[in-house]
Amino acid sequence: MTTTTPTVPQGTTNLEPGVRRGLYRTMVLIRTYEEAIRREYYADKGPGFDIGKGLVPGEMHLSAGQEPVAAGLCAHLTADDAVTATHRPHHLAIAHGVDMNAMTAEIFGRETGLGRGRGGHMHLFDPATHFSCSGIIAEGYPAALGQAFAFQRKGSDRIAVAVTGEGAANQGAFHESLNLAALWHLPVVFVVEDNDWGISVPRSASTSVPSNADRAAAYGIPGILVEDNAVEGVWSAAKDAIGRARSGGGPSLIEVHTLRLWGHFEGDAQGYRTDLAGVEGRDPLPAYRATLEADGVLVPGAADTIAREASERVESAIAAAKAAPLPDPAHATDYVFA
Amino acid sequence: MTTTQESMAAAAHGTHRLTTAKAIAEGIALEMRGDPSVVYLGEDVGAYGGIFGATGGLLDEFGPTRIIDTPISETAFIGLGIGAAVEGMRPIVEVMFTDFMGVCLDQIYNHMAKIHYESGGNVSVPMVITMAAGGGYSDAEQHSQCLWGTLAHLPGMKVVAPSNPYDAKGLMISAIRDEGPVVFVFHKGVMGLAWMARNDRAVSDVPDEAYTVPIGKAAVAREGTDVTVVTISRSVHHALDVAEKLDGEASVEVLDLRSLVPLDRTAILASVAKTGRLVVVDEDYHSFGMSGEVVATVVDVDPKLLHAPAIRVANPDTPVPYARTLEQTILPMPERIEAAVRRVLAG
Repeated sequence: MTTTTPTVPQGTTNLEPGVRRGLYRTMVLIRTYEEAIRREYYADKGPGFDIGKGLVPGEMHLSAGQEPVAAGLCAHLTADDAVTATHRPHHLAIAHGVDMNAMTAEIFGRETGLGRGRGGHMHLFDPATHFSCSGIIAEGYPAALGQAFAFQRKGSDRIAVAVTGEGAANQGAFHESLNLAALWHLPVVFVVEDNDWGISVPRSASTSVPSNADRAAAYGIPGILVEDNAVEGVWSAAKDAIGRARSGGGPSLIEVHTLRLWGHFEGDAQGYRTDLAGVEGRDPLPAYRATLEADGVLVPGAADTIAREASERVESAIAAAKAAPLPDPAHATDYVFA
Repeated sequence: MTTTQESMAAAAHGTHRLTTAKAIAEGIALEMRGDPSVVYLGEDVGAYGGIFGATGGLLDEFGPTRIIDTPISETAFIGLGIGAAVEGMRPIVEVMFTDFMGVCLDQIYNHMAKIHYESGGNVSVPMVITMAAGGGYSDAEQHSQCLWGTLAHLPGMKVVAPSNPYDAKGLMISAIRDEGPVVFVFHKGVMGLAWMARNDRAVSDVPDEAYTVPIGKAAVAREGTDVTVVTISRSVHHALDVAEKLDGEASVEVLDLRSLVPLDRTAILASVAKTGRLVVVDEDYHSFGMSGEVVATVVDVDPKLLHAPAIRVANPDTPVPYARTLEQTILPMPERIEAAVRRVLAG
C-alpha cells in the first residue's frame, strides 16, 4: 500500500551548532549510562546467569540505539511538561532531566531512589519532572491524556508526551488514546519508537501498515515518520508537533524508525534476530559524531571531553547508589495506601 | 536405589527427565500430533519458544500455521481463541504474564468464561489460556503477581497451577481435552529455566507417553500426621523444604492443590481431619483469595476439625516490590512457612 505520511529526512543541516552539540551530549550521556548499567547488571549474576541475583536484579531493558528519540524530543520540553515512557525508559528519563542520582538509586533498589526502591527500573516516577513509565506496554498513553487534560484546564501551555514502542501500537489503549486526544484536542504528542522488534516479533509480523504514522490519519491528526534514527529529524518533527500542542493545535503522532542495539532484555540471546549482523553498523552515535566533526561542530578533542564528563556524571551516580541504604524490610507494606 | 537402578527403572517404565517447561511443551506436542484443531497463539511463542519456555521446539515441528506469533493485541487474540473454540478448534492462547491479563480481562471473564452458561450449555469454549505467574527474582509490581485467586473468583473457567513436570504435562493434556476453558498458570520458579536460580524440584522423570492428571484433584506431595500445609505451585517446593527440615521434629503433610477450580475440598478435609492443624501457603494476595477459601472449606464443614487456629502465609496485600530485601519479606518464603508451622503446632 502507499503512504501519504510526511517523512522527515536525515541530516537537517540548519540547526545551530550549539543545539547539535547539545543533542550529541545528551546521546552520549544516555549511552554512557546504559553501558554502565549493563556492566553493573552482569557483574554479579554468576555463576552462569541468574536473573534474580546481584545488586541490580530482575529484568533490565536498556535503550542503547534509541538515544536519538530521547535527545531530539526532550530538547523541546521543560520540567513542567509530562513524559510517559515504557519498560525501556532510561533514555527518556535522562533526556527529560530526571535526577540521575535518584533514578540510579532506584535501579539499585535503594531507599534513596525515586520510588524508595519499591519500583525498580520499569517503574520510575518523578513528580519534579512529571516523568513516569510503566512495564505494561501502551498503558502510558491514557495517563498522558489525563496530564494533558489537567494542563489544558489550568490554561497553561504545558504538554504531555507519550512514548511507546511499535509493538504497543497494536494495543487497544493506543488507539483509544489517539481517538480521545483528537476528539478533545488535548495537548499531547504521541511518539512511537519503532525499533523493528517487539521482543522476538518483527514489525512485519505485527503491524498492518508500513508505518504507525499512517495510523494518525484514522484519527484526523498529523502523522510524521522520522526515518533512519535521525536525531535532527526527531528534533525537527518534535519541534513542530510540540509547538502545535502548546498553541492549542491538538495532538500529533510521530513515529521514529530507531534501533534496538542490544537485546529486548539483558540476557536475551537474540537467536531470532535476522538483522543482527547489521546492527552495529547502524549505531547512531558514531555516525552523528562523524557528521558533527566533519561539519566542524565538534572540534578535535570535544567528543572526548563530552565522553569524559558523561562518564564522571554516571559513575558518580552509580557510586552514590551503591553507598545508599537498602530499604528496611519492616517497611515493606508501607505506601500501599495514601 | 542407586543411580544405575533409577535409570534402569526409568527405562523400563518409559520415562525421561524433563524440566517443567519442557514437560508442558511435550504435552502440547503430543496433543497437537493427534489433533489438528490444536493451535498455540501468543507473543514470542514461535522462534523464541515462549518467554518461559512453554513452547520450546514446537515451531520446528508444527510450523508457523500452528505455532503462531501474534501482535501484542491480547484482546484480539484471546477473542480470536474464543471464536475459534466455539467453531470447533482447541486453541491454546498465551498471555505472557498473569499481570498482563488486565488489558484483556473482558474477553476472559465476560466472554470465554460465561458463554457456556449464557447459552444454556449449547455453546462450548474448549480453549486453554496459559499464563506465567509469580515473583522471587525482583521483577517488581507489574511482572510478579500470581493472580490465580482473581481468576478462580470469576465463575466459568477452570484454573490449574502445577508444581512439577509430571503434573504440568498431565494437566496440560487434560486442559486441552477439556470441553470448557481452562487457565493454565505456570509459576516461573517451577519451570526449570537456566536463567533463574537452580531448582531441583523443577526437574523430574516424566512418562514418555500422553497421560492425564485430573483437573480438580489435589495430590499429597508428602505425607504427615501433625500438621497439614495446603498450598499450590512454587510454594509447594518451599513447603516441602520446610517439611524436610522439620523431619524428626514434626510430621508435616504437604497437600499440593494443583487446581484451584475445581477445588479439591475432599482432599483438604481428609488431610485436616487427620492432622487437626492447618497452614495455608499462597504466594497470591492474602485477602479474598485461595487461603481464605481453604480455611472456609474446613470451617464450613466442621470447625472442630481444627485443634488450633489455622494460619495463612500469603502476600500481605501489598504490590510485589522490586528491592530484594522487600520482595523476600512479602513473599511466603520458607522462613515464614516454618514459623507458621511451629506456631500452629504450639497452638
